[in-house]
Amino acid sequence: MDVSADLSGYVQTRADGAAEIDFAVQGILCGTCIGVIERAIARMQGAPKPRLNYTMRRLHVSWTAANFNPADVARVLAPLGYTVRPFDLAASEDEDARRSRALMRCLAIAGFAAMNVMLLSVSIWAGNASDIDDNTRDMFHWISALIALPAAFFAGQPFFLSALGALRARSLNMDVPISLGVSLALVMSVFETATHAHHAYYESALMLLFFLLAGRVLDDAMRSRTRAIVNNFASLRAFQAFRVNTDGGITEVPVKALRHYDVVLVRPGEKFPIDGKILSGSSEIDDSLVTGESSHRRVEADDPVYAGAINLSGTVRAEVHAAGNDTLLHEIERLLETASSGKSRYVLLADRVARYYAPAVHLGALVTAIGWFLAGASLHDAIVAAIAVLIVTCPCALALAIPAVHVVASGSLFRRGLLLRKADALERLAEVDTVVFDKTGTLTRPEPGIANRAKVPADLLAIAARLALSSRHPLARGIAVEAGASSPFDNVVEESGRGVRTIVDGEELRLGSPDFCGIDADYAGDASRLSVIAVRHGARCCTIQVKQVLRPDAAACIAWLKQTGIGVEILSGDNLHAVNEVAVKLGIEAAQGGIKPAEKVRRLEDLRAQGRRVLMVGDGLNDAPALAAAHASLSPSTAADVSQSVADAIFLGDRLQPVCDAITGSRRAMRLMRENLWLAAIYNILAVPLAVFGVLTPLLAAAGMSGSSLLVTLNALRARDIDEHSIKQSRKSRRSQPQISAPLTAGVGT
Amino acid sequence: MSVLIFLLPIALALGSIGLAGFLWSLRAGQYEDLDGAALRILTDDDVGQAQ
Repeated sequence: MDVSADLSGYVQTRADGAAEIDFAVQGILCGTCIGVIERAIARMQGAPKPRLNYTMRRLHVSWTAANFNPADVARVLAPLGYTVRPFDLAASEDEDARRSRALMRCLAIAGFAAMNVMLLSVSIWAGNASDIDDNTRDMFHWISALIALPAAFFAGQPFFLSALGALRARSLNMDVPISLGVSLALVMSVFETATHAHHAYYESALMLLFFLLAGRVLDDAMRSRTRAIVNNFASLRAFQAFRVNTDGGITEVPVKALRHYDVVLVRPGEKFPIDGKILSGSSEIDDSLVTGESSHRRVEADDPVYAGAINLSGTVRAEVHAAGNDTLLHEIERLLETASSGKSRYVLLADRVARYYAPAVHLGALVTAIGWFLAGASLHDAIVAAIAVLIVTCPCALALAIPAVHVVASGSLFRRGLLLRKADALERLAEVDTVVFDKTGTLTRPEPGIANRAKVPADLLAIAARLALSSRHPLARGIAVEAGASSPFDNVVEESGRGVRTIVDGEELRLGSPDFCGIDADYAGDASRLSVIAVRHGARCCTIQVKQVLRPDAAACIAWLKQTGIGVEILSGDNLHAVNEVAVKLGIEAAQGGIKPAEKVRRLEDLRAQGRRVLMVGDGLNDAPALAAAHASLSPSTAADVSQSVADAIFLGDRLQPVCDAITGSRRAMRLMRENLWLAAIYNILAVPLAVFGVLTPLLAAAGMSGSSLLVTLNALRARDIDEHSIKQSRKSRRSQPQISAPLTAGVGT
Repeated sequence: MSVLIFLLPIALALGSIGLAGFLWSLRAGQYEDLDGAALRILTDDDVGQAQ
């Protein structure tokens, strides 16, 4: 079958005539991969120029020669063990990149200005203590003003704009007091300079901006990296469709290019890209991602199929019935909207604090001014004292207290394979007291595992695993993952719907259906939940039973949750029998099966009515509304796109450990955030009276401000270690961990 | 104190050169793959060519 891929939608043409394309790459393990991938691409026909971004796991290829075909990139890299998918640089991500560059520019300007102004200020401080003359001091002050005013105007933009936005919406956020503090410090400094005073505060304003921008840049870098990895997963799973053209040819097209009544070809191991009906062929399909049902469904001509179902055994042609807005997918998205609107917008801790903090500070400054004025001070002195209060309380430590913990905590969770997608995810995860799991693909592994491992000879299993690498069939993928194969055989032929075969050292190797390998299948127990694959090496052969297996650390994770006093429930779309089996094995009392998406949402609402804060963990399309309705939500990286897009965080790999880590990590982070807020508050309690009574010199204020910021930052670094005994357990279970997830987590975590 | 007339512009000019350098490196995309840059130095691509 000859398939031509159409990547033209992803190729961009540059001004100088060169074409370029971006790919998301999976399978990068370490630094060596950079050279391996780039050399392989550079050797291709047409001399393309590759550039691998190791941080983002993206490959950028540009070329000018007409004889280079970008579709060949996947073909060249596949034998090396890398999966690549064309990546559509989403508009949102482009916006992100622009914003982080703007932040970096602000940071650079603020840093440059702060250093130079500090140089001048230290000279003035030293001069004030010895013999500086008034003209020199004024000149230094004016030069400082010349540097500080434009620099602050430019570098302060992120804060000023956000503060303006908040004020326009008639609310207060953390940027309001920051903007006010910075601009007042500058205005007052200009005033002091004009009146030939000894002190000005240019350096305080700039230092404050510099510290705050540094925090924002780090936060931004962490978040854009997380987002890039999440988007990579989306594009790696974004299924292409194989359209059958009117002339009988087959073209690989993006799903969004499909129209009503188009015909698509779906081979074993591929996902149905559309809602529609089968035209010809018959097959078994796995609906579990759509409905949660784990047993397979047999489909023939005229049977309906839904987007997201996996074709298991035969090649079929399907007619597109619903494209775009009419799909089941859209139906679920509509359910999602209702569910998310039910969850009131959560206010960030920093902004909740700002709501009380900002008015208190402003009131305090006003009281100071009035107090001094009533006590007989001049209007000028009264205003200077009031402004000193505003500067001292400028929420440097307060503004760092929360973001610093955020950056450190999400960084350490990232290394543990948990990608936080939403800004307020940590806070909501920390409040969780009940965890509701989906079963299929969440408590169980996304790929099936081997049920009769003890009966399969090790050498045959190794052969089966290496053969399986060449197959598109999902069952084969399960074997490859569990047996940890990494290098496929050469010249493997796949016979669609039957199996794969090759010849090594004159002996034929086969993996596939039992009759493909020439033996009788020995079905044991429940045939609908068990699939049998056979492997043959010359004359020897044996059968491998494949079925859904629990994630390796599921039991330990559930036990830990219960021990920590967190309620655990299962809500699954799968039938009650299968759900109960898992529930009993894991020791979960509350388990419900055969539940529809809307019923899941209803159950979550019941729990909320009882005052419980629920963490929903699920992967299927049918879980998406529940994920949106829950207080916090997690999805594995193998989940359906819609589910990932609503989940607060995504976890990688084969284990459930990240679920426990998410809870311990977020709780620890919240504790540190509160500690930091207290540290900042104590600093203010000590410094404010000094400012109110007018005894605080600029040097003391600067020292106090930097000192408190440093303290808060150091305290935030403690969020790095998520200890508890859960880590020891994970070390133990790592041995039984299949290989594919290890590189995935390890690769991301470097 | 007249030495300040030279020293201050020199100090500011040096600072500006540093700033310009940073802004250039930012525009050239040197901060887009921080982890990769650390690893690229370990590859021996140029060794074969030199021999």
